[in-house]
Amino acid sequence: MNEPLLKVENLHQHFEISRNFKIKAVNGVSFEIYPGETYGLVGESGSGKTTIGRSIIRLYDPTEGQIYFNYKKISGNLSHKTQRMLRKNMQMIFQDPMSSLNPRKKIGDIIGEGLDIHGLYSNLKERNKIIGDILQKVGLSPAHAQRYPHQFSGGQRQRVGIARALVMNPKLIIADECISALDVSIQAQVVNLMKDIQDDTQCAYLFIAHDLSMVKYISDRIGVLHKGYLVETGTTKEIFSNPLHPYTKSLLSAVPLPNPRIEKNRQLINYNLETDYQNCILSKITETHFVLN
Amino acid sequence: MDKNIILSIKNLDITFRTNAGNIHAIRGVDLNLPKGKTVALVGESGSGKSVTMKSAVGLLDSNSIINSGKILYRTSEEKIIDLLSLTKKELRQNINGKNIAMVFQDPMTSLDPTMQIGEQIMEGMFIHKKISKSEAREKTLELLKLVGIVDAENRMKNYPHQLSGGMRQRIVIAIALSCEPKILICDEPTTALDVTIQAKILNLIQDIQNKMDLSVIYITHDLGVVAKVADYVNVMYAGKIIETGTVDEIFFDPRHPYTWGLLSAMPDLETDDDRLYSIPGSPPNLLHEPKGDAFAARNKFAMKIDEKKEPPMFQITETHFAATWLLHPDAPKIELPKELKLRLERAGKAAKI
Ligand SMILES: Nc1ncnc2c1ncn2[C@@H]1O[C@H](COP(=O)(O)OP(=O)(O)OP(=O)(O)O)[C@@H](O)[C@H]1O
Ligand SMILES: Nc1ncnc2c1ncn2[C@@H]1O[C@H](COP(=O)(O)OP(=O)(O)OP(=O)(O)O)[C@@H](O)[C@H]1O
Ligand SMILES: [Mg+2]
Ligand SMILES: [Mg+2]
Repeated sequence: MNEPLLKVENLHQHFEISRNFKIKAVNGVSFEIYPGETYGLVGESGSGKTTIGRSIIRLYDPTEGQIYFNYKKISGNLSHKTQRMLRKNMQMIFQDPMSSLNPRKKIGDIIGEGLDIHGLYSNLKERNKIIGDILQKVGLSPAHAQRYPHQFSGGQRQRVGIARALVMNPKLIIADECISALDVSIQAQVVNLMKDIQDDTQCAYLFIAHDLSMVKYISDRIGVLHKGYLVETGTTKEIFSNPLHPYTKSLLSAVPLPNPRIEKNRQLINYNLETDYQNCILSKITETHFVLN
Repeated sequence: MDKNIILSIKNLDITFRTNAGNIHAIRGVDLNLPKGKTVALVGESGSGKSVTMKSAVGLLDSNSIINSGKILYRTSEEKIIDLLSLTKKELRQNINGKNIAMVFQDPMTSLDPTMQIGEQIMEGMFIHKKISKSEAREKTLELLKLVGIVDAENRMKNYPHQLSGGMRQRIVIAIALSCEPKILICDEPTTALDVTIQAKILNLIQDIQNKMDLSVIYITHDLGVVAKVADYVNVMYAGKIIETGTVDEIFFDPRHPYTWGLLSAMPDLETDDDRLYSIPGSPPNLLHEPKGDAFAARNKFAMKIDEKKEPPMFQITETHFAATWLLHPDAPKIELPKELKLRLERAGKAAKI
């Protein structure tokens, strides 16, 4: 195999809220993503998915561990040049679309901002065309460029965030629950679009989600996160056909079905083991499949 | 208004003024919420679900115009009030929170970034209830535990940005539940939640519903959630309800081609296709309202009349209605799309109907 595009090594991210309350959000997580690959990151609410994304894109300073991107170390202090490379080649689609869109800017300018900074067009007409095209691709219309964020529905706003990331043609997109507010049909449209763009440009995705059916569909490999630890990772097939960690199993058992007669009577397997993962080690099952125990 | 109905939206019609012109976002919506029941509102992104329910709590954007309609609420004294006739202040003082609580789609917009979450949960209790500080604190801790926030004592002191997306969503739910409302409106309440915590929250709401006769409206695109909680389902398209029925009627005997598309697009874990199904085309631009049936352009079963005239609601059973000319007695009989037919059969078999 070729070299990984992103390499996360032993990442720890802790937050000190007060002297006696520290949140250990991420604890020794390692994984790689190859060019053109989609790595799905799943896990319960609060397990550290967003934090990992934000550490990678350097909104946080990692407490411990290294991150390499595009053959460069990007943890620790960044040179101006590396920062610029990062801002062009790595984009994040944020979980909370409203708080990531400047309320006073028109959608067209929000999407165009990255293009402006990196000078990715030769004239205004081209800029507007790029913006109009990408809006159309995510199922909005070029006329929407004139509107402000609050004048959109929740799902429309989420697609603005997607358009803003895709328009930069980055090498890596960190997509944090990026289709969670969309109805199934538009989810399908967006996911198909992301796949097409990947086929065209060989970009890689870190696809953070809790919806396992979508993750299964889009990911090549999957990492399962629990309480800030990566408890299992493997190819999509390995995770779905041979889940080994009890937490992964409980996650798979809970996928809801669009069937009222079944859902109304379903009992969930609740995995609430008070395990302490601190002394666990990742053991190898196959070349690609690892489980923490 | 029927005795058992606690909230009834009648012929609601709303336009937004924008730079580009007027957008006719809500085009005559009717919806009933029976007391103690759960009603789901589903439909394509941008179809008007949030706007419809925001109008009930007086939180429409300032560029909106309500052209017509009533939103009738039955109080516990059996008085019927048109919520649209109340001022924002009256709504805030008498209705919102203690009678009708709404959980908004984007949790950050309803949380105050500068205030600890414990305080934010207690705030509503102080406004609507005579309650002491220590009682409010107790109640807050209990609510936090109920929505699955562990280490609640410490978490109370967190600011919103220190929480994960799903935790924020649960805080907003805790705030809504804190005043023990009669009606709970949840706008995509569990989009950021993994299935286990989602189930916990849905069960929690169902428990409260059984104990206190709470009536619930869920806006959601997650058909798994709808299947789990809903008694009735309303399907919305381009500012209108185009199909309504009991949950079984909508899932096992859908009649509107848009509903067919919606059900077909749901990936089940068996889908192994290379591409996911999405309904072709895009929703109509409500700046220039379409003539005839708004879904016609995307409907492969569309007939001549669809381009000319909007279909009325045709009645199928006591509870099941759909707005499509296909239900007209003179319309040709058509076969369900094959994929969907197989899927419905599978679902029926799994459910042993
Ligand atoms: N800026 C911050 N300051 C303090 N604590 C934080 C901060 N960001 C995240 N945390 C904490 O880190 C933990 C992991 O949060 P994170 O947002 O990564 O979870 P997540 O897996 O994305 O969950 P969700 O699915 O609910 O979005 C949580 O306990 C959260 O409270
Ligand atoms: N303030 C506003 N000004 C102009 N248009 C608006 C405004 N608010 C909403 N809209 C438009 O009204 C339509 C309905 O919006 P609404 O938020 O109700 O959609 P929704 O069904 O909740 O969709 P989603 O599932 O994406 O949240 C959308 O097309 C939206 O762009
Ligand atoms: Mg998150
Ligand atoms: Mg909405």
